[in-house]
Amino acid sequence: MSMEIGRDDGRTANQLRPLACSRNILNRAHGSASWSQGDTKVLAAVYGPKAGTKKNENPEKACIEVIWKPKTGQLGKPEKEYEVILKRTLKSICLLNINPNTTTSIIIQVVSDDGALLPCAINAACAALVDAAIPLKHLAVAICCCLTESGYVILDPTKVEEQKMKAFAYLVFPNSAISIIPEGSSHMEGELMEHGIITSVTHGVMSVDDYLHCLERGQAASTKMSAFLRRSLQSQAPNDSSRAG
Amino acid sequence: MKVMHLFRFLKLLLFSSLEVVLGNKTLKKMVSANVSGDLSSEMEVDAFRRLFPLRYHERFLLDSIRPDARPLGRARDTSLALGAVASADGSALAKIGCTTMLAAVKMEVMTPPKESPDEGSIAIEFYMPPICSPLVRPGRPAEEAPVVSKQLSDTILSSGMINLKELSLVSGKAAWMAYLDIYCLDADGSLFDAALLAAVAAFSHLQIPVVSLNEDGRVVVVSEENEEGKSEKEPVNKGKRKLTLSSLPFSLTCILHKNYILADPTAEEESIMETLVTVVLDSSGQLVSLYKPGGPVLAYASAVQDCIALTRQRVKELKSILNEAISDMEVD
Repeated sequence: MSMEIGRDDGRTANQLRPLACSRNILNRAHGSASWSQGDTKVLAAVYGPKAGTKKNENPEKACIEVIWKPKTGQLGKPEKEYEVILKRTLKSICLLNINPNTTTSIIIQVVSDDGALLPCAINAACAALVDAAIPLKHLAVAICCCLTESGYVILDPTKVEEQKMKAFAYLVFPNSAISIIPEGSSHMEGELMEHGIITSVTHGVMSVDDYLHCLERGQAASTKMSAFLRRSLQSQAPNDSSRAG
Repeated sequence: MKVMHLFRFLKLLLFSSLEVVLGNKTLKKMVSANVSGDLSSEMEVDAFRRLFPLRYHERFLLDSIRPDARPLGRARDTSLALGAVASADGSALAKIGCTTMLAAVKMEVMTPPKESPDEGSIAIEFYMPPICSPLVRPGRPAEEAPVVSKQLSDTILSSGMINLKELSLVSGKAAWMAYLDIYCLDADGSLFDAALLAAVAAFSHLQIPVVSLNEDGRVVVVSEENEEGKSEKEPVNKGKRKLTLSSLPFSLTCILHKNYILADPTAEEESIMETLVTVVLDSSGQLVSLYKPGGPVLAYASAVQDCIALTRQRVKELKSILNEAISDMEVD
């Protein structure tokens, strides 16, 4: 086997599928976005902040609620798990002290699933939160890294590739911050903030070194994705006048 | 060793209340109360713990110790009892500190699906009844239960612990369906760790029932009493009553808080410091899962490696606890 591994769609191991993001696509929602990576497409809508929190939630902080709508069929265990992972991931990027005792609902509608669905949904939700002007600490970018049987790491797999893999990891990183605060304050003990993991979900057996390799490759790709996210968020300034109340 | 920890813990309590006084004049009474040592002083420390939970815990962390006298990297006392449910084919009761899990396996014969004619299957379900925690109300299922359930089946099935081919009886006709049910009896943090330990132990305790083919070619369970009498019917699975379990998965949950890593958190610690990392390693040191669902603290590669190192130690402990429980069982 040569050093380059062939992928069915002719991509190189590190190459992502074409990304597309558009915001403010739903009229009634306070914020909305669609995000697609190749043939995987997810629609996210944000409603809120609405008054009050649910039971068992801390009323001194803002509460985040995630509702996952699958393309077809009913909500199963995997979807419930996605909801919880999304909720905890989004909670960690939102500034929860700003709107205490409120609930923000994020509705995720799967349009088509061709692999890396959860990372795609996280990216869509993040863009929708920006569109709804929910106060955030920073943005997040999610990526799927796969480990082939022969030990190669490939990024952003299609569904067919995902099924052939030995193991995969969904990783979420903070996007690289552009800050007016002088160098050094965004570093934590010599490490860049965007190298920290917000969320990690893995499936399948791999060696610890393989996981660390996935981390490295994921981090490298996340810089490209955060540049794309920043570009697409800047190009469409939200027009606040036409929002439904 | 334990006495020393306790002594240190008491001293710490005194110190932490002193600091309260410095920060908070309204609680000035505490020092005198604490020195005299009557019951009211206990109440005041408890009030501080409830009012400023994070500061209370951080005061302990400064001295590399936790309110229950554990060092940061140490898990709570763990015990394991096999065969807790007599009616099940395999069962185990696992306790990590106060967290208690009861796991039981029931075997049923089924027709295997066409795609995999010579494989059995495993169905895993995790339950959190209202008795396990004040946060779970009757009639409203706990939010965590389906998540832990999914994580458990992902971990057990992807770890390759059980060879599904061993669950086959007659290729294409009959195979075992293993129903694994795990009940959380007391939820005091690190639920996944305790549930996985109970599940692995229940499978190690599993005794597959003896079955034979009757005249119609159907699989019937040979009951214990007439096992001797019906010698004309050869059991289908004679000598295959135990599963060969390879590379058992074990896990450890850690809290990341500032630069501290706290192993095996209690429910109180989980609610105060919200960043959890669960690492699952199998007995040969391979990574089965690294699960960090969000949380305010970012995990850098160094922290991830520290969590993995802590899990490596813990896997050794859990392995010996499991082996001890199995050998205890064999003596009985």
